[in-house]
Amino acid sequence: MSDAATLKSPAIGVFAARGILVILMFVTLLPFISMFTAALAPSGTYPDGLQWPADPQWVNFVDAFNSAKLDRLLLSSLTIVACVVPASVLFGTMAGFGLAKLAPRGSQFVYLLFVLGLTLPLEVVIIPIYYEMQWLGLLNTKFAIILPLIGLFMPFSIFWMRAHFVNVPAEMSEAAEIDGASVWQQFWLVQMPLARPAVLSLAILQFLWTWNSFLLPLVLVEVPLERTMAGALGAFQGQWGTNIPLLCAGALLILAPTIAIFLIFQRQFVAALLQGAVKG
Amino acid sequence: MTDTSMPSVPHKPRPRPSRRGRGTALAWLFIAPALLFYSAFVLIPIGMTAYYSLLRWNGIGIPQFRGLQNYLTVLTEPDLLSTIGNAFQLVLYFTVIPVGIGLGVAQVIRTHLGGPFGTTARVVLFIPQVIPLVAAGIAWSWMLASNGVVNQLLSLLGLGSWTRGWLGDFDFALPAVGLIGAWVLLGLCTMLLVTGIAKINPTLYEAAKLDGASGWDEFIHITIPGLRQEIGVCVTVTVIAALASFDIVYVATGGGPGGVTNVPGLEIYRLAFAHRQVGLASALAIVLMILVILCILPIQWLMREPKK
Repeated sequence: MSDAATLKSPAIGVFAARGILVILMFVTLLPFISMFTAALAPSGTYPDGLQWPADPQWVNFVDAFNSAKLDRLLLSSLTIVACVVPASVLFGTMAGFGLAKLAPRGSQFVYLLFVLGLTLPLEVVIIPIYYEMQWLGLLNTKFAIILPLIGLFMPFSIFWMRAHFVNVPAEMSEAAEIDGASVWQQFWLVQMPLARPAVLSLAILQFLWTWNSFLLPLVLVEVPLERTMAGALGAFQGQWGTNIPLLCAGALLILAPTIAIFLIFQRQFVAALLQGAVKG
Repeated sequence: MTDTSMPSVPHKPRPRPSRRGRGTALAWLFIAPALLFYSAFVLIPIGMTAYYSLLRWNGIGIPQFRGLQNYLTVLTEPDLLSTIGNAFQLVLYFTVIPVGIGLGVAQVIRTHLGGPFGTTARVVLFIPQVIPLVAAGIAWSWMLASNGVVNQLLSLLGLGSWTRGWLGDFDFALPAVGLIGAWVLLGLCTMLLVTGIAKINPTLYEAAKLDGASGWDEFIHITIPGLRQEIGVCVTVTVIAALASFDIVYVATGGGPGGVTNVPGLEIYRLAFAHRQVGLASALAIVLMILVILCILPIQWLMREPKK
């Protein structure tokens, strides 16, 4: 520490590190800035990439809100999230607990089966899911998005929650067992409170994945208003792709809720995304 | 950050004979809902895709059994084969750029990412991870448009002759799509690697300095081995994102111009739902699944901790 070389180099290091990070942040934000200036250009014109308009057309945001029916879209997305996330977190947590702590005979094989699903591209199963939904008569309803998503989230949920439960010391449940708690009580009263951070991260990730899912709504639900935000954004682009200011305004509005939630919960989000990548 | 070893190592069954019997049924009850949904929407569909891949079927009429004919078509038809080639080219951009830049940044930053500045950087660099890929596609279609920011910057630098509509250009559309993916994945990879390098024991670097090691030596002999696990994670995530890409390509180019940016995901979608060639689409889907597994397994194997 007292060595002159190690004292000097951090100073340069900090400077270089900050410089690089500022450049990276700029590259990250540039597309949003460009969309923002374009969104303020007169509707129907073809502005330049970065150019503050002489007369900013804030009304574009109002028009985009109305033509995307953003209020109904938000409601639809929230409904889907409210169905998918609790169910998939609960089932994943239960199975993670069952596989890690109860570990019945044959569960190793089942776990392996779940984990194999981690690398599966959605494109591989989308065709049969379409015919399943047709058979169930659920095409073009929210259920066509909700039910498959719960199934598709299972590999990660289970991988994640099992990894958590494996690291909870066995003494915890043994103590509860001696006190005469049933397995169900152990799960709810002992394990679940301990698992809260893991459950919260899982819920955050699945909220994001549901909100941003695209291929599934595209294939299974024709009406954009019954889709999730990302699915509707695709339809909005199809409709307004040639009107750059309106498209940019709409895209920014559709992004706004996610970014707002991300900024509010940024600490949890960053932690969840980093750990989620490592585990996934 | 706990149980990162891949789960193929079987754990010894817990020696708890007293809990078997009635407990076993209960344990399966905990697992059942997950298994039910997983079977219904993943396991059974995989089987169905495999079955469809042997058929000639328009999705409505009576299917004809074709054996492996569809696979032969996938592996010989240039239009289909090129989608696979394109996906592998995308790996170059989705994986190499973010991991390369991420490693460089990590090496420079090492332990200097504290304080409010570090927090801001983390938050900003993560934004591409939280927005839908569709939005990234729309934003970058605009960036790369003929009067978008990219061309504006080029003109500003006196490279006006280079400007073009990037996504409509036969030679540059695929690299342009690759760049969008690189932008999306850059923050995640950088942050994973920066977080990882902060955990490498700093005395290693100090010792290397005392021995007169250059920055390059440190990078090769300390950073790379120390970040092996994190690099493995980045490569896994980005390779899957490239091979299974759909959203970005669908929005940015729709596979065009002339199919030069077409990828398996998009072709599966189009064959199955626009051209009603369900069998052929399914065969391509199975090929895609196998390719992903073949690429991921060696990476997982390489990133495994050496035996302790």
